[in-house]
Amino acid sequence: MAFESLTDKLQNIFKNLRSRGKLSEADVKASLKEVKMALLEADVNFKVVKQFINSVQERAVGQEVFQSLTPGQTIIKIVNEEMTALMGSETTEIPLKGNNEVTVIMMAGLQGAGKTTTCAKLAGIYKGKGRRPLLAALDVYRPAAIKQLQVNGEKVGVPVFTMGDNVSPVDIAKAAYAHAKANGNNILLLDTAGRLHVDEEMMQELADIQSAVNVDSTIFIVDAMTGQDAVNVAKSFNDRIEIDGVILTKMDGDTRGGAALSIKAVTGKPILYVGMGEKLSDLQQFYPDRMASRILGMGDVLTLIEKATAEIDEEKARDMNQRLKKADFNYNDLLTSLNQVRSMGSITDILAMMPGMGNKLKDVDVDESQFTQVEAIINSMTPAERENPSLMNMSRKKRIAAGAGVDIAEVNRLAKMLEQSKSMMKKFGGSGARKAMKRNKGMFGGFPFGF
Amino acid sequence: MLKIFERLVSGLKKTRRGLSSGLKRVFTGNEIDDDFYDELEEVLIMADLGVETTENIIEDLKVKENELKIKKPADLQQVLIDTVKAQMDTDEEAYSFENKVSVVLVIGVNGVGKTTTIGKLAAQYRSAGKKVIIAAADTFRAAATEQLAEWAKRSGADLIAGQEGSDPAAVVFDAVNAAKARKADILICDTAGRLHNKKNLMEELRKISRVIDREFPEAARENLIVLDGTTGQNAVVQAKQFNDIMDITGIIITKLDGTAKGGIAIAVQAELGVPVKYIGVGEHIEDLQKFDKDSFVDALFMDEEEEEAAE
Repeated sequence: MAFESLTDKLQNIFKNLRSRGKLSEADVKASLKEVKMALLEADVNFKVVKQFINSVQERAVGQEVFQSLTPGQTIIKIVNEEMTALMGSETTEIPLKGNNEVTVIMMAGLQGAGKTTTCAKLAGIYKGKGRRPLLAALDVYRPAAIKQLQVNGEKVGVPVFTMGDNVSPVDIAKAAYAHAKANGNNILLLDTAGRLHVDEEMMQELADIQSAVNVDSTIFIVDAMTGQDAVNVAKSFNDRIEIDGVILTKMDGDTRGGAALSIKAVTGKPILYVGMGEKLSDLQQFYPDRMASRILGMGDVLTLIEKATAEIDEEKARDMNQRLKKADFNYNDLLTSLNQVRSMGSITDILAMMPGMGNKLKDVDVDESQFTQVEAIINSMTPAERENPSLMNMSRKKRIAAGAGVDIAEVNRLAKMLEQSKSMMKKFGGSGARKAMKRNKGMFGGFPFGF
Repeated sequence: MLKIFERLVSGLKKTRRGLSSGLKRVFTGNEIDDDFYDELEEVLIMADLGVETTENIIEDLKVKENELKIKKPADLQQVLIDTVKAQMDTDEEAYSFENKVSVVLVIGVNGVGKTTTIGKLAAQYRSAGKKVIIAAADTFRAAATEQLAEWAKRSGADLIAGQEGSDPAAVVFDAVNAAKARKADILICDTAGRLHNKKNLMEELRKISRVIDREFPEAARENLIVLDGTTGQNAVVQAKQFNDIMDITGIIITKLDGTAKGGIAIAVQAELGVPVKYIGVGEHIEDLQKFDKDSFVDALFMDEEEEEAAE
């Protein structure tokens, strides 16, 4: 299953053609077959792939590819552009009414798509924007679904309206609406039970809720890992209850998420958010260009960069840069850098976002325990030792090694690494170092150590 | 036996209709040519078998077409059925754990239906007269324990649970000791859904597995991964990654009562060589069924008249 990145594959096809200097239509076809395979491996629906390839081919057999010196990249560019265009604009949001009215948003989707979790995440976002959301528990079927919403609601500090599981979802929706009106809540989020799109009775229930409380936006929640069937599910929901937007969940997995393209293609409805993690704060904006790269297996550099800039504390990074310039840094700084890198997520996750790395990584096991070990060693030092590395002597090292539960050689290695980095910084000195730092800033906060 | 088959037929109705109507169309043509194989490729990929498995099946079919000198698409149909059946072979020993003192550890990514599946399994074992204990080791998802408690109550199984946020390995430890002390036949351990690329969470799973190995080595051990039948090719990746943490002994495919074709069952089994043991085709307790490759594949390829006859 280990696929090379599409970029590599295409470059290989074209490498043999370079000498000829000109591309034939057959060459373009061969390369588009690779694109087709990449899309199918990413779970884009077969029919959607066919249509898509046709439209790319039309553009590709035009002048741009034949005259290009790097036909592989040109084709990728066309594919990427077409895909991005197909996936729509990135600025879409769920329309909200004024603060004095109640905007009703209903979640709908299959079982296990992540409706309850997403519902609470969304409520958290609105609360953060100064709105007054109310969550309503309409899943009266799954055991403890109501309780799950209550717990998640509490975590984001949003009230949850419940009536137990003996009342019909339509009646709960009506009562929740009245409750929202009476209590000044201006957004009502309806968490509904998961249901199959072929279950007529359950689909009717959603339609009934829509008309009973005048739902403003119906949001289709879908697992990003969904396979070929995504088109059937999305189309059924859209035909039956007309959805207004889509939220893709479980995007923090390693699925390439071709379902996103399929769903957009069959419903034409915007993808609003993506669920990127377990935490209630992990609901993020959707970026069509990033999604396109991901589906094509080309990594997700933009998300990586954004993650880095979001997680790294500017202030601390600047402070450390100052000290690096003076080649005066110590174990405290090392620990700070370490934590900054780690706060971006697991190293494997970070590397997986880099182009061309994603799939090769399957076989590489990045040993994150090394980070833990370094942390343990530093934590076993006294504050004075951390502040002033030159204090280190044999007896101190012995004590530290014992405290961290590592061999003394590990402590030595860490000490050496710190020294090496320092002398390296000294060599760079003045402006060179500053430039290097500037480049690095926002990426790893000037993390100078080669792990 | 007949009854099981009927349920399977009705549960897989949608699945079969999707795949078989396409296949019927493919196999009713007059000639075996490139168009025939292109159409077959389309049908198999649309059924989520994946590019690789599909290509393997088609290559194999082409070889057999030559060897057996087959000229009509219709004659190739039986060959295809046999090929897929051969791939889906299940060991005779697959369910022997049910008759021993055993620990069943249920794992998988979020939202595939682990907790519901465990509820159904517990109910089935209970009605077969077994003493069942369930360990609620999903201490992460809000109200997961409450959900499981409801299933335990319905089925008459004992539940061992911890606080939300507590160490799941500790819950399993307690449950193992309870299973030994109460002389349970089967201990089923629920675990939190986790994406297979989250290293820490996968390590947590390794720890749980270790606890069972250490505390209850005499019990038969069953590691079942639950895969969502609507999932695409990522299901194969999931199965592989979980298999790296502990030896998976069986696969459960859920949600096959929608329009998903369930082809992922074929893909995963081809990739991993681990048998599919149960499939979920509906909401009811009896809708969790033992996997039977003959019924599954036959049902998948059965045409309309045969289908009505079976009903």
